[in-house]
Amino acid sequence: MVLLQVQDLSVTLQTAHGPQEVISHINFSMNAGEKLGIVGESGCGKSITALALMSLLPPDSKINGKVILEGLDIATLNSREICSIRGNRIGIIFQEPMTALNPVKQIGAQVSESIYLHTKLNQKQALERVIELMDKVGLPVNRFPLNLYPHQLSGGQRQRVMIAMAIACNPDILIADEPTTALDVTVQEQILNLIRDLADSTGMALVMISHDLGVIAQTAENVMVMYTGNVVEMGSTVDVFQNMQHPYTHGLFSAIPHVGSSAQPGKKRLTSIPGQVPELHLRPNGCNFANRCPRASNICREKEPMATRVSDHHQVWCYHPLNREDKK
Amino acid sequence: MFKTLAELLRHGLKNWSFVIGGTISLLFFMVAFLSYFWTPYSVEDINISERLLKPSAEYLLGTDHFGRDILSMLIMGAKNSVIVAFVAIGIGIGCGVPLGLTAAAKKGWIDEFIMRFNDLTFAFPALISAIMITAILGPGSVNSIIAIGIFNIPVFARVTRGAALSIWKREFILAARSAGKGPFKISIEHILPNISSMLIVQATIQFALGILAEAGLSYLGLGTQPPMPSWGKMLNEAQTFMHFAPQLAIYPGAAIALTVLGLNLFGDGLRDVLDPKLRRSR
Repeated sequence: MVLLQVQDLSVTLQTAHGPQEVISHINFSMNAGEKLGIVGESGCGKSITALALMSLLPPDSKINGKVILEGLDIATLNSREICSIRGNRIGIIFQEPMTALNPVKQIGAQVSESIYLHTKLNQKQALERVIELMDKVGLPVNRFPLNLYPHQLSGGQRQRVMIAMAIACNPDILIADEPTTALDVTVQEQILNLIRDLADSTGMALVMISHDLGVIAQTAENVMVMYTGNVVEMGSTVDVFQNMQHPYTHGLFSAIPHVGSSAQPGKKRLTSIPGQVPELHLRPNGCNFANRCPRASNICREKEPMATRVSDHHQVWCYHPLNREDKK
Repeated sequence: MFKTLAELLRHGLKNWSFVIGGTISLLFFMVAFLSYFWTPYSVEDINISERLLKPSAEYLLGTDHFGRDILSMLIMGAKNSVIVAFVAIGIGIGCGVPLGLTAAAKKGWIDEFIMRFNDLTFAFPALISAIMITAILGPGSVNSIIAIGIFNIPVFARVTRGAALSIWKREFILAARSAGKGPFKISIEHILPNISSMLIVQATIQFALGILAEAGLSYLGLGTQPPMPSWGKMLNEAQTFMHFAPQLAIYPGAAIALTVLGLNLFGDGLRDVLDPKLRRSR
């Protein structure tokens, strides 16, 4: 059953160089309980996509296309209607647990906020719900009383509070916008497992946004690779990871460091993608990746590539997808 | 922020302006409070035969030209100042803070309208406008309270808006919005607690200004009316006797200066104590 459908979504933001389209013509759909990963480097529009799903973009931005949540186009809702969806049907976890909690409010009060907002639970029931939630995210109240303030918690603990806030009303979709980027590696693992387990146990759909392919591999069934506001490759995680087609995806994978790879003689150096992400107002015609792409030809610089089907659940936007031998 | 008042005090006691200003302010409030129960003499007792006495054991600070006890008048005057300043601040906060929060939350033309209206009120010197208002409404302590209160509104509106705008950019506001909160709830539940320390500091400063403004209006005969004593009025009456009884002007003048100084020091100290960044640098 299709839960969320994004059709031809484009977002235009006001920048110093005038209005710029930061994401263009994105299409995807999600079923209930599905886990979708969005991967790409900084500034590729991952977070903007997440904010667009919740209609949280700055007021002077322009959204084209549709975000349909079970027949309801989110982009056309008025502010009261959208408030009843945020936190209730869609929850979001932000990247920076250090700044995403109100420093002057106790954590219990912050978690209970959306419960009071979206459900009719009375004070006692809401308190029970908060205690249950804190238990679920691994902050049992006997060790972490609800009257703690955010500054009394570590980054990982704060991120757990954020998660509790996001799932307080049993949303249909949980968006995790780089939930582990600000955390250290051991905590990352715990938080990822927590998010995945919660998604599994409650059946909510998960949108995992990350620049870390490892994170995506661990959590997502399907993956969408983004570059400069375009989707360049999309498919099931297994297909994309094992049979990547787009040179950019391949570049991302080659840039993953392996332990000891440079220390041993004969092993190749850590490869990187040459060049830089073009700035918003300097994006070329045609394929945005063309000037960094080893396989680019004239057509790449003239016309934007269309979607090419690789298999049933695997699409790529490239004129020159990789062959098997290129991936060695 | 501060779990207990004790912690506030612990940090505050390291700060000289907080300690000195706090002591003076506390003394001032205690004196004002005292007037409800006791003054050495009644301020309405006129005793012409004992007028313009020098300080003595009987009249600690002497008497004025009606033979009233100066100390009693000063004590009653403190109460008068407190009431006027308090209510005026109340008017300023009660109207100014909601206006500032609305301007910050709504932005656009509402913001523009509120702030331009603010600029309009700012364009007139507060005391001159207060004189104008009391001239229209008629002299009296209630009218002087209203006049001073009205000119507190734009001050609080502006401070609130500025502080609120910076809080609106913080990520936890985005998190609150993503939880489905509307701008009204966010303003009350998230913005206000985060700017409260700034408002408290502003309130102490406006309090001092309120006392000053009240004294000014009373001096001009537009504020508190007899027989209720007021520091400003005492100054005005002392003017006539300046040459042979200067103490009549010195006492209320010193009381005004000391109180305003104390409150300003307290406000400064409080700002340093409430702001952890400033606290560390000291």
